[in-house]
This record gives sequence, structure tokens and C-alpha cells, in this order.
Amino acid sequence: MKSELILDVQGLTTVFRMEDGSEIKAVDDVSFNVKSGETVAIVGESGSGKSVTAMSIMRLIPNPPGQIVSGKIHFEGNDLLSMSEEEARAIRGNKISMIFQEPMTSLNPSMTVGRQISEPAEVHSMITSQKASQMSQSLLDAVRIPDSADRVSSYPHEFSGGMRQRVMIAMGMSCNPKLIIADEPTTALDVTVQAQVLHLLKDITYKTNASLILITHDLGVVARYADRVHVMYAGKIVESGKSRDIFNSPQHPYTLALMNSIPRLSNQKKEKLKPIRGNPPDLSKLPVGCSFNPRCDFAIKQCFHEKPTLTTNNRYQSKACWATINDK
Amino acid sequence: MQSYVWRRLLAVIPTLVFASMIVFLVIRIIPGDAVDLIIKNSPFMENTEEVRKQIEADLGLDKPIHIQYVQWISNIVFRGDLGKSLMRETSVSNEIVSRLPVTFWLGSLAILFALVIAVPIGVYSALYQDTLGDHIGRSFAILGLAIPSFWLGTIVVILPAILWGWSPPTRLIPFSQNPFSFIAVFISPALILGASLAAVTMRMTRTMMLEVLRQDYIRTARAKGLREKLVVTRHALRNALIPVVTLVGLFVPFVIGGTVVLERIFDLPGVGQLLLLGVMDRDYPVITGIFLMIGIFVIFTNLIVDLSYGLLDPKVRYQKN
Ligand SMILES: Nc1ncnc2c1ncn2[C@@H]1O[C@H](COP(=O)(O)OP(=O)(O)OP(=O)(O)O)[C@@H](O)[C@H]1O
Ligand SMILES: [Mg+2]
Repeated sequence: MKSELILDVQGLTTVFRMEDGSEIKAVDDVSFNVKSGETVAIVGESGSGKSVTAMSIMRLIPNPPGQIVSGKIHFEGNDLLSMSEEEARAIRGNKISMIFQEPMTSLNPSMTVGRQISEPAEVHSMITSQKASQMSQSLLDAVRIPDSADRVSSYPHEFSGGMRQRVMIAMGMSCNPKLIIADEPTTALDVTVQAQVLHLLKDITYKTNASLILITHDLGVVARYADRVHVMYAGKIVESGKSRDIFNSPQHPYTLALMNSIPRLSNQKKEKLKPIRGNPPDLSKLPVGCSFNPRCDFAIKQCFHEKPTLTTNNRYQSKACWATINDK
Repeated sequence: MQSYVWRRLLAVIPTLVFASMIVFLVIRIIPGDAVDLIIKNSPFMENTEEVRKQIEADLGLDKPIHIQYVQWISNIVFRGDLGKSLMRETSVSNEIVSRLPVTFWLGSLAILFALVIAVPIGVYSALYQDTLGDHIGRSFAILGLAIPSFWLGTIVVILPAILWGWSPPTRLIPFSQNPFSFIAVFISPALILGASLAAVTMRMTRTMMLEVLRQDYIRTARAKGLREKLVVTRHALRNALIPVVTLVGLFVPFVIGGTVVLERIFDLPGVGQLLLLGVMDRDYPVITGIFLMIGIFVIFTNLIVDLSYGLLDPKVRYQKN
């Protein structure tokens, strides 16, 4: 596999100004990269900053209340954050496309599916409007929706959730993007449909050699579909590495806790599922030291007054943690 | 679609029957009666029991009320005849038909003005929420709601007359002779009537637009790399305006009420003026005729709005069964 960098995020920090005037750092000094053709997963609980990271890359953070305050996002060598809006718009939906979590509401209810699918290609002037319907039809074929010839003129409410997510994928593919960001593409779907949609996504990115950022909170999905993974907690990346390594030997207590909270088929011992104790962090009053310390089973003294930084240890696996995981 | 339309049409019949009964009865309940007025206005008649009986018999008012109703309704259904005016002995149907264009122009121009003024301001207000422009737009909306059109109408007629000796044109020139002068007569009253509708429309447009702009599919449209202008016009506006269409349907009775007032103030020979005359004279056939016509009109515009809603909103189109 080529190891050319397609996306390089450095020190990305995105804040939101709250009603009371205070600021929260939804994404705090996040750095990671994506290589050509690679699938990189971002995992974390709800509110950990995954979507905000994705929307920052798209430059779609609503301002106000949000703002990207520092960092660089190099895409194919150019910094997206120092571009004009017009330059960024030319990339958005064209070379980088995004698939959202909510297939039921992410499609315009009063526009035909065919029109919506070919719209990115049309606005980025890749096709003429005569060819648009034909293109939508072949994209519907590509995402394996039967009767594509009839389906192009259907409206979103005539599709099931899984089908709508396929439509979103077709839409995301219409400009042959270099990078697809899928933000929890299957969270809202039935379990059986989830696997089909993820398979399709993986298959399509493989065929077009596009890179994929797969946002999820399901480590099982990560192990199966991602090459590398970044685990986020309270706006920071707390652990990253090859997905197989992390799945087999999580080094950060939070990753371990996430792992114990999901059902695993390989789990022969029938261990009980353990939800992560305590509440998800409140970004407006994070504790001193490591943000995870109130919920951590392995916290040591240092964790309560010093922030850990992401450091690489053995086997290319990095973690931001002072403690060591010991099995009991 | 066709069977749906047929079913809707069929459902209109009981509504119409019910409406016609109410119209017929209610008029007779209000105090004062035509016989008194006829006697009072005629120098040759004396208010004796005998004379009263005679007049009542002439007008057909001596029969029991249900017989009167059946006669009235069967004349309408079988002959399209709304009866004769008690005072002027002219055919009510003819009078209504000859006055209809005036009221129609006034009402439709009012709705047109309301939409043309309100929709752009509502969209602007939503896009630039909480800016100075939004506040100005909303203040005007509240003004438009608060100022009664009879007051505004009177001011518009009187003030220029006092200040500059000019008043809005009121003499109707037939449309076929000079369409511009014909329409010119309607501009001020239609603007005044439109202003109160514009207020509601503007608020509705703004609310719906804000609602739609929060939707996930707007985020999708932005993520496709659409220019903001296209996001608004192509994805937001249409969805935001679907409920506004219903609003126009709800306007119709309100507009008809408004035409009565404004036709009076601007002295336009429309159905509204006829209705006022009828009420003052307790001229039952005139009042019932006009009310029935209004009822039919409102019922059918509601039907049309419902059906056009189906054309605009694909979800409705398929839920008809
Ligand atoms: N528009 C916004 N205004 C204010 N705060 C926001 C906004 N969008 C996100 N946030 C805050 O940013 C933080 C991170 O949110 P984000 O949506 O990235 O979480 P997430 O990891 O995607 O969670 P989920 O799994 O629920 O999608 C949250 O605390 C959220 O409250
Ligand atoms: Mg999210």
C-alpha cells in the first residue's frame, strides 16, 4: 500500500462559546493523519468530539458558537484552514465527502433521490444536467439498490433507513472523493443492516482507492474495518495505533473500559459486560490532571495533578496515560 | 390521486348542506326584521297587523321556516336562483355575479401583495436572525398585525386628501378599457388588506425557515459544497414554504371579511358592499346568498390548498390511501 499522506491534522483545537460566555474545547489539540487508501477509525463515547473533528475537517463548524482556534489540516499538501471559503467549498463534497449518522433526516424530503445523489457532481461541474440522472442511476447500482431506473425518481420517505444510508453513500461517491468521512454511518440502523452498509462502504472505498475516516463508538467495527484507530476522550486523543494491536492489547484504561462495555463474539469466557462507570465528562468542568481520572480504575497520584501527553511506546502504539494497566 | 379527489369532493356535500342551514337560520335570529324596515321606509304604509301580514305573504315569510328553507335551497340547487332582493327586487345571483370581479381582484391582489412582501422579508429575517434587519422586519410585522385595516384604510383615504388634496382613485374603469387604471384602483386597499396578512405570513416564513435551516439535510447540502445561496433557495425555501401554502388557504375567510371593510372605505362596488347593504336592510335573500357563496368558496379553496399541498410535499402524495 502506498503510504502517501492524504490528510494531516496537527494540533486541531475547536471551541464552542456557551450561553454563559464560557468556552469549551470540544476538540483539544488533536493530531492524526490518514494515508492514501487507508481506513482510520475514531472511537469514543458520545460527546468526545468525534463529530466536531469531522466537521472541522469539512470546515462546517457553525460560527457562532463554534470556532477552530488553532491547528493545521493539510489535505493533499494544502492547509484547509488557511484557504478562502471559496477554495474550501471547491474541495468540500468534491474531494472530501461526508456521510452522516442520521440517514432518516439527512436527505431533503422534497427532492428526488436521484437529484440529490448527482447534486455534488453538478455543483462541482463534473457533469451536465442531462447526464445527471444516468449518473445517479449507476451510483444506485453501485450501492446495490435494486430497480435503480425507477428509484432515481423516488423520494427519501419511500426508502428504509438502510437504503437511505446507501443513498448517502452513493451521494458521497458522486465526485470520486479522495477522502470519505463517515460519521457513525450505521448507528441508527438495525444490526443486520449495519454490517451490509459497512461492507459496502469498505468495498467502495477499496475499489476507488479512497481513504476513509470511520467514526464510531463500536470497537468491534473498528477491529473489523479499520487499519488504524484513534480513541478520543473529552476532546483529546488518548490512545492510537493499529486497530488489531489496540483491540488485542488496549493500553489506555479508557480503551479497555470501552472494550469491556461492548459484546464480543470471541469472548468465550462469557464475561459480563461492564458499562464504563461514572458519567461522561462535562467539558465545562474537567478535573485537574487527566480528564479520565474520576472514572479510572488504575489512576495513580500523578493522574490527579498532571495532564498526560500522547507518547509512543512499543509497537507504534501511543497513549496519553501515566498509569499502567495490570490485570487485577 | 383521482379517487382521492373524488372522495374529497363527495365529503364536501354534507358540509355544504350544514353550512346552508346555519346561514339560513342565523340570519333570522338576529333582531330587527325586513317587514319593519319596509313599512318604515314607505310613506304609504301603516304599521298595522293587516299590512304586515300582506307584506309577509308577498315575501313568502309567512310559511314555516323549514318550508322556506326547502324552497330556498331547491331554487338554488335546481335553478341556480338565489331569490330576489326584498328591497330592490333584483336577482341576488345577478347582483353577486356582477360585483364578483371587484371583490375577486381586491382579495387576490391582497394575497399576492402579502406574499410578495412577506416571504422575502421572512427569509431575510431568518437568515440574519437577531440582526438589526431582523428586528426591523419583525417590528413591522407586529405593527401590521396590530393596526386594524379599517383605521389604516381611513387614514390612507383622508390624510392625502387633507394634506395635498389628493385621494386614491376609486372610479372603476372597465378592465377591458384600461387594465392599468382598473388595477390602480385596487392598489391602496389591497396593500392595506395585504399588510395584515403579510404580518402573519412573514412570521410564519421566518419560523419555518429557522426550523428548516436547523435540519440535518441542510447540513448535508452544505457538506456537498453548495454555495450558501443555493442551500437556501434549493433546499431550505421549498420545505419552509410548504406550510405557508396552507396559511394562504386559511387567509381566504379573513380576506373576504377584509374586503367588506375596505370596499366600504374605498367605495368599491363589490360583493362586500352588497353584503353591508343587505345586513342593514335585513335583506335575507341577499345575506344568505352571499354567505352561501362565501361558504362554498372557502370550502373549495381549502380543498384546492389540500390538494396542492400534496403536489408540494411528496410525503402527503403517498399517504392518501
Ligand atoms: N453546535 C454546537 N454548539 C455547542 N456545543 C457543541 C456544538 N456541537 C458540538 N458541541 C459540543 O461539542 C462536544 C463534542 O460533540 P461531538 O458532536 O463532537 O460529540 P461526538 O463524539 O460526535 O458524540 P456522538 O457519539 O454523540 O456523536 C459536545 O460536548 C457538544 O456539546
Ligand atoms: Mg457525533
